Amino acid sequence: MSALTDDSIPTARRSYSDEMVAFVLMTALLVVVPFTGVYPFFVMQGLCFALLACAFNLLVGYGGLLSFGHAMFLGTAGYFTAHALKVWGVSPELGIIVGILGAAGLAVITGLIAIRRLGIYFAMITLALSQLVYFIYLQTPFTHGEDGIQGIPQGKMFGIFDLSQPTTLYYVILIGFLLGFLLIYRAINSPFGEVLKSIRENEQRAISLGYKTDQYKLLAYILSGTLAGFAGSLKVFVAQNASLTDVHWTMSGEIVLMTLVGGLGTVFGPVVGAFVIIAMQQYLAGFGQWVTVIQGLVFVVCVLTFRRGIIGELAHYFRRSL
Amino acid sequence: MNKKIAAFLLGTTVAFGAISGAMAGDKVVKIGVLNDQSGLYADLAGPGSVIAAQMAIEDSGLTKKGWKIDVISGDHQNKPDIGVNLARQWIDVDKVDVIADVPTSSVALAVNNLVKEKNSILLDSGAGTSDLTNSQCTPNTIHWTYDTYTLAHGTGSALTKSGGNTWFFLTADYAFGTALERDTTAAVNALGGKVVGSVKHPLNTADFSSFLLQAQASKAKVIGLANAGGDTVNSIKQASEFGIVKGGQKLAALLMFISDVHALGLNVANGLNMTETFYWDLNDGTRAFSKRFQERMKNKAMPTMVQAGVYSSLIHYFKTLDKLGENPHDGAKVVAAMKEIPSDDPLFGKGKIEPNGRNIHDAYLFEVKSTSESKGPWDYYKLVATIPASEAFTPLDKSTCPLLKK
Amino acid sequence: MSINLQALSAQLLVGLINGSFYALLSLGLAVIFGMLNIINFAHGALYMMGAFCAYFLLNGLGLSYWPALIIAPIAVGIFGMILERTMLKWLTGLDHLYGLLLTFGLALIIQGIFQNYFGSSGLPYAIPDQLKGGMNLGFMFLPIYRGWVVIFSLVVCLLTWYLIERTQLGAYLRAATENPTLVRAFGINVPRMITLTYGLGVGLAALAGVLSAPINQVRPLMGSDLIIVVFAVVVIGGMGSIMGSIITGFSLGIIEGLTKYFYPEASNTVVFVLMVLVLLVKPAGLTGRAT
Repeated sequence: MSALTDDSIPTARRSYSDEMVAFVLMTALLVVVPFTGVYPFFVMQGLCFALLACAFNLLVGYGGLLSFGHAMFLGTAGYFTAHALKVWGVSPELGIIVGILGAAGLAVITGLIAIRRLGIYFAMITLALSQLVYFIYLQTPFTHGEDGIQGIPQGKMFGIFDLSQPTTLYYVILIGFLLGFLLIYRAINSPFGEVLKSIRENEQRAISLGYKTDQYKLLAYILSGTLAGFAGSLKVFVAQNASLTDVHWTMSGEIVLMTLVGGLGTVFGPVVGAFVIIAMQQYLAGFGQWVTVIQGLVFVVCVLTFRRGIIGELAHYFRRSL
Repeated sequence: MNKKIAAFLLGTTVAFGAISGAMAGDKVVKIGVLNDQSGLYADLAGPGSVIAAQMAIEDSGLTKKGWKIDVISGDHQNKPDIGVNLARQWIDVDKVDVIADVPTSSVALAVNNLVKEKNSILLDSGAGTSDLTNSQCTPNTIHWTYDTYTLAHGTGSALTKSGGNTWFFLTADYAFGTALERDTTAAVNALGGKVVGSVKHPLNTADFSSFLLQAQASKAKVIGLANAGGDTVNSIKQASEFGIVKGGQKLAALLMFISDVHALGLNVANGLNMTETFYWDLNDGTRAFSKRFQERMKNKAMPTMVQAGVYSSLIHYFKTLDKLGENPHDGAKVVAAMKEIPSDDPLFGKGKIEPNGRNIHDAYLFEVKSTSESKGPWDYYKLVATIPASEAFTPLDKSTCPLLKK
Repeated sequence: MSINLQALSAQLLVGLINGSFYALLSLGLAVIFGMLNIINFAHGALYMMGAFCAYFLLNGLGLSYWPALIIAPIAVGIFGMILERTMLKWLTGLDHLYGLLLTFGLALIIQGIFQNYFGSSGLPYAIPDQLKGGMNLGFMFLPIYRGWVVIFSLVVCLLTWYLIERTQLGAYLRAATENPTLVRAFGINVPRMITLTYGLGVGLAALAGVLSAPINQVRPLMGSDLIIVVFAVVVIGGMGSIMGSIITGFSLGIIEGLTKYFYPEASNTVVFVLMVLVLLVKPAGLTGRAT
């Protein structure tokens, strides 16, 4: 079975020190952002999508399962968190937990259905499942359909940190992102991650070695969906709304695109990819639907000539792991 | 990859760093026209509203007095999240003072929240929901042109009085449709009519057949179309395909614009009633404005009431700024000042802004002419009745706006 | 609950029309998948191009619906073959998922371009004069055009089935799917066959687009939501058999029509729910082979 990721870098050559340096640089850069005059809303949005893409990458880059329905976790967690904050009036940390639990629950249910098929079928099934979820949210009263949930109170994190202050909010989102990122990093480098990669390479071999591959795949799916949900919960505090856009299949496509551009199966690729795509949407917003055309072109170019993505190409060129 | 991020962040800084230091008390104004530029409401608002805003700036005469006024426009694609994100960026980064037009009630309500939080201004012309000046009213929002109460008490009441006493609603499934169905139901019930059922359809639907079939099966005398723009046009066209009007049921297009009549053609639209607060051929003032407007439109369309409302609301805003002598960049303060001056322009005549943010003026019940009655392009309406301002909008003692309970 | 026969049969008709589109599209997907091993995500966009092609023929060249019914599928089919020759061809040997990603990108490009020029609301396309009006069948009012769509689609589906399952050309095609090397040994140009097959699948989508234009209007996004339902149809039916896709397509349309009558709220979701049920009971799909 051929895989979506580039494996020209042998595992033995992976250098954790490279990744550490990159991580420290990334964190340092993100910490100083509020002092540079960049529109913070934009960076916060980018962070949420970066986490989302990393979560997605855990499934596709390491598990070899291409989900075309990851927006359902983003949207579900968003709606749950938004509802908890606005209607139940819970604290932000509790709101996030509600959102994550919602996404995790959905991941368990859809995971049990979707992992019954592989490859293209898995992609189509996750897409169809997310469309089912979309229609349910279109009609369920608590999501307010087309209107969405608006004017969500941001509240005070742990009763201390006032999230309506942009700088406070920024650092809370940043910490959330880093937590999620490190968790994913940990999962990739754990024995669980190694088994996952071996399933991606050759499922039959893994089965013959005695691994219950379905359980590993399901676990990866649930972990990925839950973390995508975490991103969705964080996004609610930034955007202060929850809407159908986040559950729509176009969003699922964007998640795929972010990861593909950055580099499938690379540690930092999804982060870069997310910021590239968000920046593209931001700068090209005035050009109407040409944004969609350009996204499509990026897809085509990536698939035809640039399958390693930005970070993947860099890593390949410098023979480093990133 | 860090280089990549750095380069990209640097780019962002340069782009967003150039924030002008517009502060209290100057003569700089920025208007953001936020509406549907490419979808099913693009004809009734869209680029036409941007032209109307530019005309308002020119006609205000403020630029000659040393004011610097700019217009930017954006496409909210009828999605509340896209609209509110764009509006937030306009207010934060581009220092926009006024967000104008905003059709699509779901987006309008979202932006309504935002302008209150940011102490900015929303001059809404395109949205229908009467909630904007009731439960959701804010000290930063003025709702200008019409609302679902107007439509319900115009077309809704008129059809019920003329014998259409059982209704079935075909409702667009978002804030506007819900509000229109609610307000029309109240108006129908008040006259002793009955609503026998309703079906919700998604915004921007192409095939109405299964919804129309449900309406047909209800046997209601009137099928109330609680939708707008392209949705209304499609439901009317397809109703004829399934022989609904021939079968004896009457269609009530609760909200219809002249752009919709133009799209349908007089053969199909003839005889429909509709409520509007502006028509180009009402008097010399409306004709003069409309002719100038038409010349600027790429497709030579006449203005809809929404586009006229954008012009009229901005004229009133500029009048207020002129009186204040400077732009204080304080939304609530300017809106309060706007409420103190009566509105008066050739398009909507004399009116005033109620404390809940509702601009009231006369409304009109029209009937679509037949091809033989029409003297030429855009000669579509004949006036059936004038609804006085006091009856066209929610009476103040019935408004649920929290601002009124002081 | 008393059954209103007129409303029920009318909803069933609406269901059958949707079923026709499901069948034509899933049939095209199955044909393409059989030969290229690609799930053609651009199928919805090509369906939309079929409708636009009819619109251009009418408004640009004054050619009516009837010539459009032939010209549009051929024109869009040729466009599809160009896509296959210039892009899809290069994916041979790579993971099949790259085909999905590439065609997804193509769909975005095509839809985006049309949205830029035509907005996202619909352009009207009139029902041809010969099929205007309706018939009162006593138990229901039948708009003639809608009846035509169902019958014509059924005929096209059966012809395609005949072409692939019962003719010499079809036999080569099926053989090439199973064992391309062997077929090449018989002196048959396999790459050209692949291109033609892709063109055929795309042509079917474009034909569905022309049929749909008078009903659904001509809209840049008309195919984008439809294609996801068709994916669910394909998962339910499995992509193993041509007849399977036809039957599944029409049946799901009918089921949707019934849902619209008995429980309209679920009419959007019923196909997806069925997909879940089928996956739980028979993961390979009703007629499909396991992957």
